[in-house]
Amino acid sequence: MYSPGDVPEPDDNLARVRARDTDWDGVRLHVVTGKGGTGKTTVAASLALALAAEGRKVLLIEVEGRQGIAQLFDCPPLPYEERKVAVAPEGGDVYALAVDPEEAMLEYLEMFYNLRRAGRALTRLGLIDFATTIAPGLRDVLLTGKASEAVRRKDKKGHFIYDAVVMDAPPTGRISRFLNVNAEVAGLAKVGPIRHHADTVMKVIRSPETAVHFVTLLEEMPVQETVDGIADLRQIGLPVGGLMINMVRPPMLPEADLAAALTDELDVESIRMGVKAAGVEDDAAEIAQALAAEAADHARRTTLQGREMARLADTDVPQYELPHLSDGMDLAGLYELADELRRQGAA
Amino acid sequence: MKVPPVFDIDTLIDDPDTKIIVCCGSGGVGKTTTAAAVGVRAAERGRDVVVLTVDPARRLAQALGLSELDNTPRAVEGVEGDLYAMMLDMKRTFDEIVEAHADPERAQQILANPFYQSLSSSLSGTQEYMAMEKLGQLHRSGDWDLIVVDTPPSRSALDFLDAPERMGRFLDGRLIKLLMAPAKAGGRFGMKVVTAGFGMFTSVITKVLGGQLIRDMQTFVLAFDTVFGGFRERADQTYRLLQAPGTAFLVVAAPEPDALREASYFVERLAEEHMPMAGLVVNRVHRSDASHLSAVRSQAAAETLEARGSHQLTASLLRLHAERMHITARESRLRESFTSSHPSVPVATVGAMAEDVHDLEGLRAIGNDLAGEATEPAA
Repeated sequence: MYSPGDVPEPDDNLARVRARDTDWDGVRLHVVTGKGGTGKTTVAASLALALAAEGRKVLLIEVEGRQGIAQLFDCPPLPYEERKVAVAPEGGDVYALAVDPEEAMLEYLEMFYNLRRAGRALTRLGLIDFATTIAPGLRDVLLTGKASEAVRRKDKKGHFIYDAVVMDAPPTGRISRFLNVNAEVAGLAKVGPIRHHADTVMKVIRSPETAVHFVTLLEEMPVQETVDGIADLRQIGLPVGGLMINMVRPPMLPEADLAAALTDELDVESIRMGVKAAGVEDDAAEIAQALAAEAADHARRTTLQGREMARLADTDVPQYELPHLSDGMDLAGLYELADELRRQGAA
Repeated sequence: MKVPPVFDIDTLIDDPDTKIIVCCGSGGVGKTTTAAAVGVRAAERGRDVVVLTVDPARRLAQALGLSELDNTPRAVEGVEGDLYAMMLDMKRTFDEIVEAHADPERAQQILANPFYQSLSSSLSGTQEYMAMEKLGQLHRSGDWDLIVVDTPPSRSALDFLDAPERMGRFLDGRLIKLLMAPAKAGGRFGMKVVTAGFGMFTSVITKVLGGQLIRDMQTFVLAFDTVFGGFRERADQTYRLLQAPGTAFLVVAAPEPDALREASYFVERLAEEHMPMAGLVVNRVHRSDASHLSAVRSQAAAETLEARGSHQLTASLLRLHAERMHITARESRLRESFTSSHPSVPVATVGAMAEDVHDLEGLRAIGNDLAGEATEPAA
């Protein structure tokens, strides 16, 4: 995997100069976090598609062993190997990799110490599992290390193999600890190779080449976790990227109607006449009641969304709004979100 | 259309033989809220209940009167009947086990070891294990006749079943012997049996991770061995408790493909492990009081009005309704596909609410909904 892969055509770099600016030009490692259920993996995959648009090459990395990427792209479970999973809008490739800490450890042993066989033997003894599971921070250093290696990897001509790397990272509650590998291994190694490795990884993560994006819904708990997560990252000096606000439902009623719906003051009789006028004759009264109740619910949600939006605005982080797809998430939906991210300048 | 059996929460919580209810499911599906709602309902129906939560939302914690993570069950005010609630402090739970099983000096040695600190505070799986350990403790105390547990927000819903086994594997058996050998041999690597493996192990680890690490690892394992000689036995006890007839698992999901997929895995896994599954709770389901007006008809009606340029409000409401019916239809398809693969699993649904639950009233409303007595129409 570390052998230089495809050698780009000579004019390849020209093709990669974009016709337009994006908010994250210069960022090569996009870390995507979010509370469970917010669509973190979906947004990470859409961002990878968006970044790969116009003939670029992007690697999408998964670190939690859930095979969420394979499910999204509807392909067999990903091995520990970089595989092409999708073609981006206007040409471009998305590769994907499911990083496994044990495999990453073996790779590390081989790469730096030429110890692959010894590593295999240690695996059989359960030692690699042990070390990567309980040695403080080792697991995270290996996972983030793999991402930063992919970011820096170059071909024989000195061109980067990937234009960008997108990492589907652990959830918001754990993100600062996950990325702050230096502090994590402090209890483990004050000097020595692991420390050195952690320092190298940290340099990439702290650099302007990295951005940590937060995926959230306009709901109380996800917003709270996002606000806390952003504060945590800022405190330890890690680069906060954008806010991807997922599943946004635009208001479908004018403000005055929303206000009336909220206080149950919609004119049900007039709605009933409307329903009849539309040709729905049976149960018009019952339907009118139900429609008014649904309007009240919609108004409550809209109010809540507005309130959460205001809390997010206080964080002073660039925002991107992604629509709620009523058909649920499928491959077509991923491309739709990718287009939306590009349109709003996230990629 | 497949119709699943209806899951009846009241039969479950009214049965005095039900001693433990475990709420499990993937992250973000409302497990904690479900656990709290079940706890409130059971207490108000006469059970002595304790709810063990892991990392509840701030306002839900406030609703239960939990202001801090203090590992002690506290009485919940405002509930008719006996309801206690506690938040799990996994590190403290772990520390307490160590302190209970080791002499003070050795306990100190373990608590200060970096491996222990990592294991007890950040290892994924520890939280799950400690939740189960705490469950065992609460059960043994005999102070409550019903314990409702909320499982940790794992990367996978199955983690908490695997955690004890996984930790048992680490802290037991061959690996431990291997790591302990040099320490027992006075630091010399003279023991024939392990020489080959251990020699290679030390050379690799020393080279890659440094000598300090290996010393910490040995100290940890050696100290731990005496404390947790029967670690696996402890894990087995917890495991048997989960299989016992008084235990019931509630699988919680949201009407989304990922959450229902996890729920499927979970249902299958519980069957494999002979663990008693009570039912599936699907939270945040969209409903409508005008469900006989389909998305297509509602859309068409809206278009009729728009074409005429009259009844603008009704037209917008019909569009809103069409969207809701669209979502409803999609959610029923997802639920049906779950039921076709698990036809015998009883299902209950809870309606989506515009706002998060943050008081006892909200928890009662969820309990009513779960029991099929929704007072409010479709939210």
